[in-house]
Amino acid sequence: MKRVSYKETWVDKLYIPAVLKGLIVTLKHLIRPHKNITIQYPEYKWKPYSHYRGAHRLNKDEQGRIKCVACEMCASACPAHCITIVPAPAPWEDRERYPIKFEINMLRCIYCGFCEEACPEESIELTEVYDFAGNSRRELIWDKEKLLEMYDLTVNEYYKGKPGTFSYSKEKKEK
Amino acid sequence: MVDLIIELVIIILKIGIVIGAVMMGVAYMTLAERRLSGFIQDRLGPNRAGPQGLLQPFADGIKLFFKEDFIPDSAEKLLFFIAPGMIFVPALCVIAVIPFGDSLNIFGREIQLRIADVNIGILYIFAIASLGVYGIVLGGWSANNKYTLFGSLRSVAQMISYELALGLSVMGVLMITGSLRLTEVVEVQRSYFFGFIPHWNIFLQPVAFIIFITAAFAETNRLPFDLVEAEQELVGGYHTEYNSMKWGLYFLSEYANVITASAVITTLFFGGWHLPWIEKIPMPQILLELLQIGSFVLKTAFFSIFFIWVRWTFPRFKYNQLMSLGWKVFLPIAILNVLVTGLFYAIFS
Ligand code: SF4
Ligand code: SF4
Repeated sequence: MKRVSYKETWVDKLYIPAVLKGLIVTLKHLIRPHKNITIQYPEYKWKPYSHYRGAHRLNKDEQGRIKCVACEMCASACPAHCITIVPAPAPWEDRERYPIKFEINMLRCIYCGFCEEACPEESIELTEVYDFAGNSRRELIWDKEKLLEMYDLTVNEYYKGKPGTFSYSKEKKEK
Repeated sequence: MVDLIIELVIIILKIGIVIGAVMMGVAYMTLAERRLSGFIQDRLGPNRAGPQGLLQPFADGIKLFFKEDFIPDSAEKLLFFIAPGMIFVPALCVIAVIPFGDSLNIFGREIQLRIADVNIGILYIFAIASLGVYGIVLGGWSANNKYTLFGSLRSVAQMISYELALGLSVMGVLMITGSLRLTEVVEVQRSYFFGFIPHWNIFLQPVAFIIFITAAFAETNRLPFDLVEAEQELVGGYHTEYNSMKWGLYFLSEYANVITASAVITTLFFGGWHLPWIEKIPMPQILLELLQIGSFVLKTAFFSIFFIWVRWTFPRFKYNQLMSLGWKVFLPIAILNVLVTGLFYAIFS
């Protein structure tokens, strides 16, 4: 093995050049802050990539009805057991059952996306929405109405801009 | 009698203005520290309270005042209570002898722009500044906690070691000036070399300057010498057990110390309030005076920011490195500096 050794010269032993070099490195960052790293969150929002797994939604069909047929495939696929479905006979011709109650506990969910994969009707889907919060645990158990509402919110893009970037979105805050 | 009262009012006004200015400086140092560290680390720092975060110091102050004031059960109550004051008072006292301008002429009255023109100014600074260590030692000891005790023990050893280098490095400056009076130290620096380079001590005593500023980092317990409060080893160092405004006082006195150290560096090595070149342009006396005060403030601010800049650049020394640097490097160099200065002085004058 070849050993490489560096002989300290007397200039190195003074330490002052090294100290100045260090100061210049930090000075460069100081006068040219790389602002893109910090996102000023509520005003600017990050647009996730298309494979991002965020909050759920329940899709609607062309007639605006819920797509779900209450087969409970998602509930049995869910590793966190956070989907509760109460089926009922459907009032429509084209299917037998539909859910009268559909709840997802957003606090227990691990956002694995298995429900989306299991669903035969492409009814349940994970959206890109990541900034939701609630004042109580009860508030974060999303029911059918909330999940259908999420469909209306996210059917067009929810965050603006190109995936992986962030853009100004003040009006999104008001929603 | 009337004269005496006017004198008294002027002095009290001067004290009020200087202390007020230092306190404002301290408040905004805390903000500058946080924002500049943010920029250096490619973050933004606190920028939400007021425009660009300018109200952040007041938000912090209000928060600290309203926090629960908790004293540990095993603490030595009296000492625990007065220790923060014992560090805060000396930190402010040092500024009293520093001249921040020449003299103002208002209504035919000469107002000296310094609180006290003590003829042993530099000795006074060292004497008072080293009193600050009692606040740290007593605060750490009275809290009855092993980490705080470690912090304060380190602080004592560090202060004593670096005070030697600090004191000896100033000797060179004193030999050139021939006076301990800070007014005269500034006065001597007001001439020019070759008619255009300001006669500042930095050009005559660069070695002393480097030793002085490094020792000042150690004396104010700032990184890279902040072993006193090394978070990674000692929780919070000597003020681990402190909270609310008592902790706030420690925090403020650290910044007050930085500002006074910067003011001393400015006075000793960078001509104090001397404003080179511009002072030769004819202008009304009062404008020149104000500009000179401005130049003093600017220089002090630069060094205060330099303290922050250094803190976010260098890692902390190990304790043995700190000690060997102080005793084996700075002390001999400082003594050598004194000898060389004396030799030059003997030959050239
Ligand atoms: S994302 Fe995973 S954890 Fe969440 S509801 Fe779907 S299957 Fe369950
Ligand atoms: S969401 Fe899909 S998988 Fe779940 S019950 Fe409805 S149709 Fe079945």
